[in-house]
Amino acid sequence: MDTFIQLFLSGISAGCVYGLVAMGFVLIYKSTEVVNFSQGDLVMLGAFFAVTFSQWLNGNYWLAVVFTVMAMACLGYGVERILFRRLMGEPPFSVLMVTIGLGFVLRAVAGMIWGHDPQSMSTPYSDARLAWGDFLLPVRDLVVIFGTLILSVILFIFFKSSRIGLTMQAVSQNQFAAYCVGIPVKRVLALTWALSATIAGVAGILLVPIKSAYPQLGLLLGIKAFAAAIVGGFGSLPGALMGGLLIGVLEEMTKFYIDPVLEFGVSEFSAYILLLVILLIRPQGLITSMQRKKV
Amino acid sequence: MLESSTLLSVQNIETYYGPVSAVCGVSLVVEQGAIVTVLGANGAGKTTVLKTIAGLMFPAKGMVHFEGENITGIEPDKIVRLGIAHVPEGREVFPLLSTEENLRLGSLNNQLSRLDVVYEYFPILQKHRKLSAGFLSGGQQQMLAIGRALMQTPRLIMFDEPSLGLSPKLVHEISEIITRINTEQSVSILLVEQNAKMALQVAQYGYILEQGRVVMENTCERLSASTDVKEFYLGMKEAGVRGQRRWKRRKTWR
Repeated sequence: MDTFIQLFLSGISAGCVYGLVAMGFVLIYKSTEVVNFSQGDLVMLGAFFAVTFSQWLNGNYWLAVVFTVMAMACLGYGVERILFRRLMGEPPFSVLMVTIGLGFVLRAVAGMIWGHDPQSMSTPYSDARLAWGDFLLPVRDLVVIFGTLILSVILFIFFKSSRIGLTMQAVSQNQFAAYCVGIPVKRVLALTWALSATIAGVAGILLVPIKSAYPQLGLLLGIKAFAAAIVGGFGSLPGALMGGLLIGVLEEMTKFYIDPVLEFGVSEFSAYILLLVILLIRPQGLITSMQRKKV
Repeated sequence: MLESSTLLSVQNIETYYGPVSAVCGVSLVVEQGAIVTVLGANGAGKTTVLKTIAGLMFPAKGMVHFEGENITGIEPDKIVRLGIAHVPEGREVFPLLSTEENLRLGSLNNQLSRLDVVYEYFPILQKHRKLSAGFLSGGQQQMLAIGRALMQTPRLIMFDEPSLGLSPKLVHEISEIITRINTEQSVSILLVEQNAKMALQVAQYGYILEQGRVVMENTCERLSASTDVKEFYLGMKEAGVRGQRRWKRRKTWR
């Protein structure tokens, strides 16, 4: 039973990261109807930023966090301004290709700047473990869980009661009406990109102590998070988070219980099996937004 | 050319959807405090004229002036801030937001005192203020779209077919409300309609659009009296008297 709980918790922790990336997918998809396939690479960039800032700031973790978040927000805003605003009104497929290309560029540039070896960073909690009864829990897993929880609450409040959150929702629900009531739609879209990149940055910060930073970090993460977003219904942020958690837990469980029995890595593709199963039995995803997409 | 009482003047605009020209040389004027209507059949270019004024489409040629200021090609949100509200065709609301959130999005500086004005015009919206706008009926959504425009404290409201898909009773109600808004809030109105009967009753001056051109303009009284308008827009038949077949009769402007 103890191992089960331990596996469950580390699965939740991995799932939180998937969930955060999936939320980024959903945010961009809902407001621009484009899937941003470079979302995982933004996480990678966040991880490298965290490492670099913490080196510059002599290991001041919290300041590095703040700087990373700000840098990622600026990056997201800039990417929209420079790249995606020019593509407004183009067919979604071309924009999607650009996001894939952006991912390649980000990975290459990160490789040139930081090299291809994993880089780790010291955090106040890096090797701490919480002993509780019989089982030991790495604090970094708990930090991931609480970090995600706090961010989710902030996002919830942001969308529920702030004026910008309300306009973001408005733009994603009916862009034409948003223009009609005088919402500066383009600026709101840029802010949505900034928010999405910020979430990716937070995911990167949380991930560094566990996986370190390397250019390919975001690749597999992005694909699995994409599966998570689809499992969650690709229309709601809570759904995305839930899909992420589900996939995280599933992976940990198969890694421990099924891999040794079958003697090969089922856990590596368990996420996609879940995706297929969900698509077969509930194609609309776990949580569906009330409104069908209007054509 | 621009007199002091002119609020909006559109000069010779031409707008294209790709290679297709939707509006080819439309000019119109809305005086301060007036209700002006633009009539026309499907595809005449009425909606495109409104979209061009609202900044949602760029005219290839021509200019739009509002209160003497050239607003051609300005971003739509700036045009809204200048005081032009646009109630689009087909009641575009934000379906997952509540009625009150929809209205709040209309107000430019989050002035919630305007809510009372809107609720006074549309008490039904106050009743449903917590309900998702997607659950409102068609007429209520139209009221919401109008209310949202009122929240902006505009100088000019452009209505795009407010009667679309509403019952005759609701059409009557909406037309009364348009008149009330015009007099009580001293807002000028540009009303685009297919329901010529309703529009000619409400408005003082009218333009008739056909295939992207203004083919007729006059006061609504004179328009209502014209035989062409009577026959082709109000559906009164006189032609049969002289044994003329309707499809053979030519409009005077062609």
